[in-house]
Amino acid sequence: MRRVVVIGAGPAGMAAAREAAAHGVEVVLIDAAAKLGGQYHRQDALEPGDRFGSPVAPGSAEAALPEVEHVADATVWAIEPIDGGHRVHLRIGPADGPSRQGRAVEARAIVLATGAYDRALPFPGWDLPGVVTVGAAQALAKGQGVAVGDRVVVGGTGPFLLPAAVSLIRAGARVVEVAEANAAVTGWLTSPRGALAGWSKSGELARYAAALVRRRVPYRSRTAVVEAHGSEVVESVTLARLDARWTPIPGSERRVQADAVAVGFGFTPQSELALATRCRVSDGFVVVDAAQGTTAPGVFAAGELTGIGGADLAAAEGAVAGAAAAKYVGAAVEPPLRAMARVRSGRRFAAALAAAYPVRAGWHDWLRDDTIVCRCEEITKAALFRAVDDRDVGAARSLKLVSGVGLGLCQGRVCGQNAAELAGVDGTGFAKRPIASPVRLAELAEEEPIESPIDAEESGSPLGVEY
Amino acid sequence: MRVRFEGEEIEVEAGQTVAGVLLSKGIRSWRTTRGADRPRGLFCGIGVCFDCLVRVNGVPDVRACQRVVADGDDIRTQTGVELPS
Repeated sequence: MRRVVVIGAGPAGMAAAREAAAHGVEVVLIDAAAKLGGQYHRQDALEPGDRFGSPVAPGSAEAALPEVEHVADATVWAIEPIDGGHRVHLRIGPADGPSRQGRAVEARAIVLATGAYDRALPFPGWDLPGVVTVGAAQALAKGQGVAVGDRVVVGGTGPFLLPAAVSLIRAGARVVEVAEANAAVTGWLTSPRGALAGWSKSGELARYAAALVRRRVPYRSRTAVVEAHGSEVVESVTLARLDARWTPIPGSERRVQADAVAVGFGFTPQSELALATRCRVSDGFVVVDAAQGTTAPGVFAAGELTGIGGADLAAAEGAVAGAAAAKYVGAAVEPPLRAMARVRSGRRFAAALAAAYPVRAGWHDWLRDDTIVCRCEEITKAALFRAVDDRDVGAARSLKLVSGVGLGLCQGRVCGQNAAELAGVDGTGFAKRPIASPVRLAELAEEEPIESPIDAEESGSPLGVEY
Repeated sequence: MRVRFEGEEIEVEAGQTVAGVLLSKGIRSWRTTRGADRPRGLFCGIGVCFDCLVRVNGVPDVRACQRVVADGDDIRTQTGVELPS
């Protein structure tokens, strides 16, 4: 049985599914949302139909997915290794509801395309309702047609702040200001020779920048939201100029009226399934070879999981991964040379992006002793430092146990990297989550049907796929 | 389609999430933390942070940003730690 399971239906996962299916293998594409597209191509949930799921001109980006079973509203809560492949455990149905159906799918090849989520840095007041991530502002604006506030400050770093600001305006908000903590984004947009030139998205980003200029939205570099004020919800924010290290420049603080703040400081890969399948990870990202193969046999990875590079690179990596996964399960596959070339150029862009928009350690100075670091467990900076000072903390696990950070419902997804950086330890272990997504005890106890189990005899090439 | 939030009827559309419904009504916080009893609402918006929890049809700890509303849903705020009813 030639089956490939693709987890995540964003640009990478859709490309992987399409490419694997084009080589005649059975594809199961699993995603948490009701519609295809992921975060980048998020569809309006209120519109009927699925623009990726309806047959349109073949060869276009919106071509229908052939021979792909799309499992929507599904959460993968565990992956376990079995003889010759992996077993993927799902709950399907209304999010976090008790009526979800259990299902297990086995496959010799898996493509992980789980993406990434916004990194939010803590600051006093960041736990007030009204402070959201840039991804939240985007998801609610594009998916639900609603703005997260009436007067919104957008802050953080990277070109992805611009489309979020434009989405907010389209959803009816007034964007008071866009605060970029690094140097201005606009320089390289117009530079034909810059390291980031030639990126196909730059035309799109230039349009976003122009849209903000047209609406007279101030765009300020070396600036950040360093505090949110309010009793029950955000009522105003303090913005400050930052020095090159991101330490606020004394005297530069400005108080601005706003009822919402959208912040994003780059992205954190959603890597628990990669760690569960024992893929090697470096600097938080999954290590892949030229065929998008991870160090785990039969496990391929594509998209933001392997490095932050945007939708074009993700789709190219997805195509390579889908072809390699099809080859791994026995399909005749020629090396996807064009997609591989797109991956190489995309990676150059990603490296330039990472260099242009680093997160600088000066953010540590934004916190006061009583500023919450771990939102779930309400652990303050002072409590974190007390725990680290008193005990011997080597890495994520001991940091969690002595301080309590990362022990709550989010399992360190939001605070892990920040807490590890503050404590000066390696935070990779925060993403080790054997239960990849919370499930209710009754769901764990339930028997789960396993469909057409794989035959261990016909296992995939132990050497992986080489081009 | 209609749902109830804290007993009050709200007209909703198919495809709306609980968070989408509440924000469109200007409701910004719908949970309190179990430690300091502080208000919380939407944060990550994509199902990662578990901050936007609500109680739906008696079941607590439902992510408002992920849960799509169904006709007749009874949605309630969540105070600290709650057990299913």
